[in-house]
Order: sequence, then C-alpha cells, then structure tokens
Amino acid sequence: MSSLEAHLPILQVLVPLVGALLTSFFRRGVFAWALALLACWACFVIAVWLLWTVMASGQPIAYVMGPWSVPQGIEYRVDVLNAFVLVLVTGVGAVVMPFAKRSVALEVDEHRQAWFYTMYLLCLAGLLGITVSGDAFNIFVFLEISSLSTYVLIALGRHRRGVLASYQYLIVGTMGATFYVIGVGLLYLVTGSLNLADIASRLGEAPVEFLRPIHAALAFLIVGICLKLALFPLHVWLPNAYAYAPSAATAFLAGTATKVAVYLLIRIFFSVFGFSISFEALPVADVLMVLSVAAMFLASLSAVFENHGKRMLAYSSVAQIGYITLGISLANQAGLTGSIVHLFNHAITKAGLFLALGAVFYRIGSLRISDFAGLGRKMPLTMATFVVGGLSLIGVPGTAGFISKWYLALGALERGYWPLLFLIVISSVIAIVYVGRVVEAAYFRETSSRAAEAREQPLSMLVPTLVLAAATIYFGIDTRASVDVAATAARMLLGGPQ
Amino acid sequence: MIAALTPETLVLAALAVPSVAALLIPLFHRAPNLRETVTLAAAAALAVIVWSLLPHILAGVRPEVNLFRILPGVELAFQVEPLGMLFALVAGTLWLINSIYSIGYMRGNNEPRQTSYYVCFAIAIAATMGIAFAKNLFTLFVFYELLTVSTYPLVTHKGTPEAMRGGRIYLLLLLGTSMVLLLPAIIATGVFAGTLDFTPGGILAGKASPAILGLLLALYAFGIGKAALMPFHFWLPAAMVAPTPVSALLHAVAVVKAGVFTVLKVVIYVFGLDLLTNMGGTGWLIYVAAFTLIAASLIALRQDNLKARLAYSTVSQLSYIVLGALLASTTSVIGAGMHIAMHAAGKITLFFCAGAIYVAAHKTEVSELDGIGYRMPITMTAFLIGALSIIGVPPLGGAWSKWYLGLGAIDADQLFVVAILMISSLLNVAYLLSIVGRAFFILPSSEPAAVGSLSAARNEQGIAEAPLACLIALCATALISIALFFAAGSLEQLVRAALATPPLQEGIQQ
Repeated sequence: MSSLEAHLPILQVLVPLVGALLTSFFRRGVFAWALALLACWACFVIAVWLLWTVMASGQPIAYVMGPWSVPQGIEYRVDVLNAFVLVLVTGVGAVVMPFAKRSVALEVDEHRQAWFYTMYLLCLAGLLGITVSGDAFNIFVFLEISSLSTYVLIALGRHRRGVLASYQYLIVGTMGATFYVIGVGLLYLVTGSLNLADIASRLGEAPVEFLRPIHAALAFLIVGICLKLALFPLHVWLPNAYAYAPSAATAFLAGTATKVAVYLLIRIFFSVFGFSISFEALPVADVLMVLSVAAMFLASLSAVFENHGKRMLAYSSVAQIGYITLGISLANQAGLTGSIVHLFNHAITKAGLFLALGAVFYRIGSLRISDFAGLGRKMPLTMATFVVGGLSLIGVPGTAGFISKWYLALGALERGYWPLLFLIVISSVIAIVYVGRVVEAAYFRETSSRAAEAREQPLSMLVPTLVLAAATIYFGIDTRASVDVAATAARMLLGGPQ
Repeated sequence: MIAALTPETLVLAALAVPSVAALLIPLFHRAPNLRETVTLAAAAALAVIVWSLLPHILAGVRPEVNLFRILPGVELAFQVEPLGMLFALVAGTLWLINSIYSIGYMRGNNEPRQTSYYVCFAIAIAATMGIAFAKNLFTLFVFYELLTVSTYPLVTHKGTPEAMRGGRIYLLLLLGTSMVLLLPAIIATGVFAGTLDFTPGGILAGKASPAILGLLLALYAFGIGKAALMPFHFWLPAAMVAPTPVSALLHAVAVVKAGVFTVLKVVIYVFGLDLLTNMGGTGWLIYVAAFTLIAASLIALRQDNLKARLAYSTVSQLSYIVLGALLASTTSVIGAGMHIAMHAAGKITLFFCAGAIYVAAHKTEVSELDGIGYRMPITMTAFLIGALSIIGVPPLGGAWSKWYLGLGAIDADQLFVVAILMISSLLNVAYLLSIVGRAFFILPSSEPAAVGSLSAARNEQGIAEAPLACLIALCATALISIALFFAAGSLEQLVRAALATPPLQEGIQQ
C-alpha cells in the first residue's frame, strides 16, 4: 500500500490519461462511459487520499519524475492548496459522470459518444496535471491538453453553433496559452529554471536590472491566465462555449476549468512571485479589484437580461469568478480564504445548477426561460435543486454561497474598504432577480406547451443533481471540510514561500 | 411529563416540533384530515412547550443550546432570555389558534395547494422559534432569512400575476435590505466587538467611534426590513395578496414581530441602553420612526381595501415598537416589548375578521361593508374589540403598552413623541372605528329599496357567519386581547427581566 501511496501524485494524472487512451478504442458509447466512470471515481479516491495525507502530515508531498534531480527534472508538488483543488476537480468530474450517460446519449451523435468520454478524461487529465505539477513548462503542456480537449467537447454537441463557439474559444485560448508561455520564457531567461519553487527562491535574489523582465513576465502570465479564467473583460468566449456544449460537458467545465485557472493565478501570485512583487511593484491588486467589481455587476446584469438558461448561468459564472478574484486582490487572510472557499462552493453550486438545466433540456428540449413555465409542478425535484443552487448564488445563509461571501466581506472590512463591503452585498442582490425569473416561470406561470409532457428526470441523472444540491447545503452548514482547508491554504500562501 | 423535561430539551423541542411537522405534512397529502391533524397536534405541542419554558425563564434560568460551529467563532446557538420567551409565547400560542382558523378558511375557500401551504407555514414557525431563541446575531440572521424564503411561497400562493408582483416586491425588499444593510452591520459588529453573542448591557460600548456606531445603528434600523421602517415598508402591503391566515399570523405577528424583536434585541443586547442614550446619532432615526408612525396611519385612512388598511396600520404600529426601542429609556423599552404581545393579539383578531368576512360574504373593500354587522355580529364584535385594543382603550391590552411608551418618551425627554402617540391614536380611531361604524350603522347600499329600520335589514338578510373554526379562532384572540389588559403586570415583569443586567449575567455563567 505504501508503495502505491508514494506514487499517488503521478497516478492522479496517469489514471485519466490512460483511461482516455483506452476509451478511444471503443466504438460503443456505453463501454467508454463505464470505463470513464471508473477512471473518474478512481481519480476522486486518489485526490481525497492525497488531501488526507497532506492535511495529516502538514508537509507538502514532492514527487520527482525519473532519475533527474529537482531543478532540472519535473517535480510534482502537492500541498494543501492544490490537494484541495484536486479533490474539487475530481469530485465534480466523478459526480457528473453518472449523469453524462443519458444526457450524452441524447445530445451527442451516436458515433461520437465514445469520443466525448475520451475528451472528458483527457480534459480531466489536463486539469489535474496543471494542478499537481510544480513545473512551469509542464503546466503549459497540461494547459494545452485541457484546452484542446475542451474545444472538442464544446463542438461535440448537435448544435452547429457549438462549432463556432469552440472556434471562438480556440482563438482566445491559444492567445492565453501563448501569453502564458511567453511569461514562462521570460522567467526562464531571468532565473534559468522552470521549477516553480526554484523560480520563487531565485526571484528573491534577482539583481535589480532584472526587475523589468520579471514585471513583464508577471504581466504576460496574468493576462494569459485571466483569459483562461474568464476575468471580465476577457470573458467573451465563455457564455457561448458554455451555452452550446453538451450539458454534461458544461456542468463539468463550469465546475472545474475556470477554477483550475484561478488556482494557477493564486499559485503564480503567492507562491512564485510572492506578495512583494505581485502586489507592491505593480498596481496588480487595484486593477484586479476594479475588474472583479466590474465583473460582479456587469456580468450579473447581463445575466438578468439573458433569456437562455445556460447563457444566464454562464454570465453568472463570470460574476462569481469576480468574487473569487476580488478575494485574491484583497490579499489578506479572510479575503484569500473567501476566495479559495468560493472556488469550491461556486464549483459545486454551479455544477449542480448546470446539471439541473441539463435535465430540463433532456425533458423539454429547450432552455429558453419562457419554456420553463410550469416545470415546478412537472419536475419538482429538479426545480427544487435549481432553487437551492439559486439561493446559494444569492448567498442566502444555510447555503455554501453565504459562507464565501461572509469571508469576502470580512476581508474587505479588515482592509477598511467599507464601499467594497457594500458592493459585494449589493451585487449579490442582483442574483435575486435572475434566479427569481426562472423560479417565477417554473412555479407561477401556466404550463408551457413544451413542459406539458415533461416528467421528473431519470434516476441516473437525478441522483448526481441531488448530490450536488445536498452538498451546496451541507457546505453552508458544516464548513469544517471547506473553510478549514481553505484557511490553512491561505495561511500557507500568505506566510511566504512554503 | 413535559414538566420533567430540562429547559434545554424544551428549547430544542420548540425548534424540532414545527420542523418535524413540515416533514410529516407532505406524507398525508391525500388525506387532508390527517394532514390537518399533524398541523394541529404540532401547534398544540408547541404551545405546551413554550408555556412550560416560561416558569424556568421567570426563575432566572437561561437555557442554552450550542448546536454546532458554522465558522470559526460563529456558532449556531440558542439561548432563551425573557424577550425571546415573550416572542415565542406570542407566536407559539397564536400558531395554534391560527391553525384552527386556517382549516376553516382554506377549506371554506377551496384554496388550491393546501399541502404546500401547511408545510411552508410550519417552516415559517420553526424559523420564528429560531429567531426568538437565537443566542447570537448570526443565528438570528440565518433564521431571519429562512423566514423570508419560507414565507415567499405563501405570499405567492394564489399564483396570479398580482400575487407574483407582490411576491417579487416581498422577496426583493426583505432579502435586499437584510443582505445589503443588515449583513454588513452584523459583520462589522463582529469585527469591532469580537463577538456576535447577545450580551446584557451590549457588546459595542467603547469598541468603535461614535460615527461608526451611528452608521451601524442606521444599518440595523433600515436593514431589519421586517420592522417596516419607511421607506422600506412596501413589502408589507404587497404581502397582502397572501391568503388571510398568512396575513394574520405572519404579516401581523411572526414576520413583522421578528423585525421589531430583532430591533429590540440589537438595542438591548448589542448596543445596550446606556450606550444608545449617550452616543447620540439616534435623534434622526426617532424622527424617521415618528414619521412612519403618522404617515402610515394617514395612508391607512385612505385605503378602501380592508387588508391594505390593516397592513398600513401594522406599519404604523410597528413604528411604536421601533420608537420605543430607539428612545432607549427603561420604560419605553418595556412599552415596546409589551406592544409586541398587545399588537399581536389585537391585529390578528382584525385579520381573522377580515378573512371571515371574505369567506362568508366575499367582500374585500371597506366600502362594501355597510350593514355587515347584522349578518356577522360575532365577527364584527370581535373586530370592535381588536380595534379598541389597537387604539389603546382600557380595558384592552393595547392601553398598557401605549401608556408605557408615553411614560418612556417623557423619561427620554422627547415630549413631541407623546404628541405623536396621541395624534396617532386619533388616527387609529378614524381608520378602524369607521369600519365598525359602517358595519353596524349604515344600511347596505345594494338594497336602496329597504326603507325600513336597521333591524328590518337584519331580519331580511339573516345571520351568515364564517365557518365555526374561523369563529372560534377570532373569539379566542379577542378574548386574549381583553385578558392581556389584566395580565399586563406579569408581561411587564417579563420584559423588565430582560433589562435587568446583574442577575442575568449570573444566570449565563451557570
């Protein structure tokens, strides 16, 4: 057992990667699905195991690849922060999988269904690789793996606009990746290293004349990553990509892809460049704060005026990402805790909401909000989960969303930013409006012709939706698992290099 | 049997009973009689539970239940103090009466979706108990929001466009004020005071500058939207689209009293009366409350819809309590505390009567009520009693709370408040007794041919009262209004216990 435990970091990436390879041999979607299901749950077990080990020992796990020693060889490094993100990503991946079977069978052409699972696992492998790796260039490779498989996932749906959305994302995503690799290149020029921890220690002793390329590297990295995490105004690719991807893919991506990018941003800011370069030399915090607040308001308002369910939630995602980056820009214990815990809380909330929408699409074949009329009576459990998710987006106490807002507000107040405190709470009130529109349609309108024939979603889809809704409530009440880990991670990040 | 239970168990039981009822009710969806039995049994059990808690509280015990930690330093915890006891008694007792009334009203009207109605009602009561027994601001806030969310389906029960519009205003205003104003106030209190626990004597003294304290007080006063201080009072008239039992128990008792109760809790246990008297910055809020008091009465005068008139009357009466709290003298706070019970009994009677008129005669406007007293003598007599209690005429409960509020205003050197109270009482007379006058002294206009005497009209129409369940309920609350006049002494004693600082602290340390 202990020999297996030693190799957990690499297994975390290898399992989905090999799984992806194997699923590509299948022609029938069902077999590919079964294999993917197995791989996803195996990943989840590995991630929980890793988090458990790291929390118990309090020490990061370092895993060195092959016979090369650290600065030259590739190192995987698992600390509390990325173990937490690993659990989140694999958890969402595993919960969505049972849902995917029927949903994909409906939304993807039969001869492409096996491909869907291949790309799903490949994307999972890429995201996990970004998270687990401690090597800047290795991260770039995984970034590309996850991006390329995401483009395919988005384009796999029956909707032809999916191809256009995918192409749009491809262009933006490639730009992001290029910016990232330029940043990494500049860092390599200055420090001669690609290992994140090594870069961090060498940056500290870099001579003054190197400051300019270091700042340039930071700028390139930030812009590159912010394209991936859809920070306002670099978010334009996101609504279409989410709207036209197959439902299972949307739920998976919404819960994982942007979250991993946020993780990378946190890693670059706090672990690589450190607080002094990230926030004192350049006005990064101010810019990030302004853009975050803009996202919270403008994207929320876009969601209010959106008539397509998935696009509405997509804009809401852009707004919620604003909360996460806001916490990063506060850069204090409470704010950063809020950020990390919102990363988690928003992922489960939004994945659950997208699953509920996927179920609605499965039954009525439309996601126009006007077609939701009467669904509260026809699909009571599905709409109940939607209400729970909606309450969490608003930040009603008793749901996960409240916990993160509480910390963000605390972080703002500890800095003495009273106006920011009010901006946080006012923007969450906007969520009442866009969530309320769906609730009103579902519960109070005359049943629409599309909804007339609808009934509750099949059990294999219902259970994952209910699990995520239950988690949304659970993590709003018992926060030991989420907040404590997030607080530990925040303390580690603010306490200088690990 | 109940007497043998520890007070801590009773506290948990008070929260659990309505919650369990909410879970059980849907099981009997297809058996309405069983379903209503669950509601009645739960309501009776809750009434017994809260009443058997009372002797413990009067004996100085402060039962405490810490459920679990939500966030570091923030617990979901309960502790019963006299004020919360009072609120729980009011809500618990009236839920039982209201449940009897609900059955008569909902069946008499053939209302749809009765199962979800009773479920939401039970959840709302559970939330009310949580508010009453909350040990800290956080717990109170959690249940405050739960109360808003659980009553939203009740407000929109009818499902009409009008109900949807009312529900929208209700949700946006209540959730909006609590999130935008109340939540920051709570977080700031936690940051400055280092605790969120309700502590006799307050937790904020010396913890922040007067300017910040003034800002906090304003955030609390307006953020507690359920207290309906103008300009955040719109939700209450909007909520009147709900079925009348909802308006009666929730929008005359549980929800609005949760608002003013929270204001009182904040004033007594977060700021403390001493700090509030000395810090300044309360003056303009007193004017806002006084303005609300008069303005709402004036608006009530112009409402033809009976429930809307009662709603604006509630807005006005709530400001009595806010005013009493802000005056921050011992007497005024006692008056405010007593008014929670007095107004509850009086106003629920009025709403019961309005609902009874709707069930029996399908009339909703005041102008349609000519001569209704002869068709529904019992109902309109109860209405008269309720109205007199609201106005504050002895021997009815409302007389005492107004008396104490007036004395408190003099104690606080705010003589203009006494004048305001008097003007308001006159306005109460105008908008409430005019209804009684119409009912008994004006002939129905639909029958212009009837030239005979009033008693002739009575003979022609005959008596057509609402279902028996409704009558029992409205007579019970009318009698309570009278009984409260004589029980005022013990009520005063209970509220005074909430203000007594030294013995309380010993009780907590036990």
